[in-house]
Amino acid sequence: MIALTLPAQEGGSFNPPGVNSHLAPLFTIGDFEFTKQMLLVLLSVALISWFFVAAARQGKLVPGKLQFAGEVGYNFVRNSVAKDVIGGKDFMKYVPLLFSLFFFILINNIYGAIPLIQLPSFSHVGGAYFLAALVYVIWIGVGIKANGLRYLKLAVVPSGVPWYILPLVVPIEIISNFLVRPMTHSLRLFATMLAGHLIVLIAGSGIEFLIMQESVLMKGASVLVLAGSIAMYMLEALIMVLQAYVFVLLTAIYIEGAVHADTH
Amino acid sequence: MNGTINGSINLVGYGLSAIGGAIGVGLVFAAYINGVARQPEAQRVLQPIAFLGLALTEALAILGLVFAFVLK
Repeated sequence: MIALTLPAQEGGSFNPPGVNSHLAPLFTIGDFEFTKQMLLVLLSVALISWFFVAAARQGKLVPGKLQFAGEVGYNFVRNSVAKDVIGGKDFMKYVPLLFSLFFFILINNIYGAIPLIQLPSFSHVGGAYFLAALVYVIWIGVGIKANGLRYLKLAVVPSGVPWYILPLVVPIEIISNFLVRPMTHSLRLFATMLAGHLIVLIAGSGIEFLIMQESVLMKGASVLVLAGSIAMYMLEALIMVLQAYVFVLLTAIYIEGAVHADTH
Repeated sequence: MNGTINGSINLVGYGLSAIGGAIGVGLVFAAYINGVARQPEAQRVLQPIAFLGLALTEALAILGLVFAFVLK
């Protein structure tokens, strides 16, 4: 509270950066604005393909360092996400999707922790909407392919529920499965990235504001902000990896629910 | 606007509402950890359920964040 009330006595206002502070686009072609996020997304595609092509090129029986790193990444997605969650004989069909989603999101999130880049691509909501929409179309398509049009009934009518409760349960299931699910799937990724990015920004501008004040107490408070922001930065780095995992795990759970809709 | 901190009071409300989601997520994972500690071989069965519970609980907090920015 002291840090919050002191600036009022000193005079001079502190305008924290918020959701409306955007970077200027790098260049524009007509109405199309090419932003830093777009550049980073393109860079991530190049980075990921370079890494895995280089890791898989040799294909030795006894892997070298690079091949080993690639294999660990692939094994993680295949075994602890696809195999554990989807299971059965046909999980290999979905491994390419899960694998590319995981590394695409991971690299784009990690950008937020790299100095000078410091911008997770999904801190802009557009990319997150697109990824969730892609997953949404895929799991509904998979469900209809596996169960026929009966899937739409299976997805909203839980088995073993007495008929007189159904009018209450079915609308809830429709809202939670077909409306809230894709929305939260995208917004979870976006919101965590935005929050982490904003905290770094606010801490940075707060330190600048505090150190410009005349009082020694205010200058001292900037050290506290710096220490706190480093702790938040570490937490964010953890959350960046965790969110990539959560996004892919939820994708796998949704696909599994669609494939085995008749047993749920 | 000299001598003031500018911002949206909505975010204070969001901070309060996020307590509910935080408690919910805590309960989900407490139950998950409890289950795995008692029966480690059940981890593979429990993990998707735990994360699905996390997704549903966290939805409330995420909706709150959106409304905090959208509502004026």
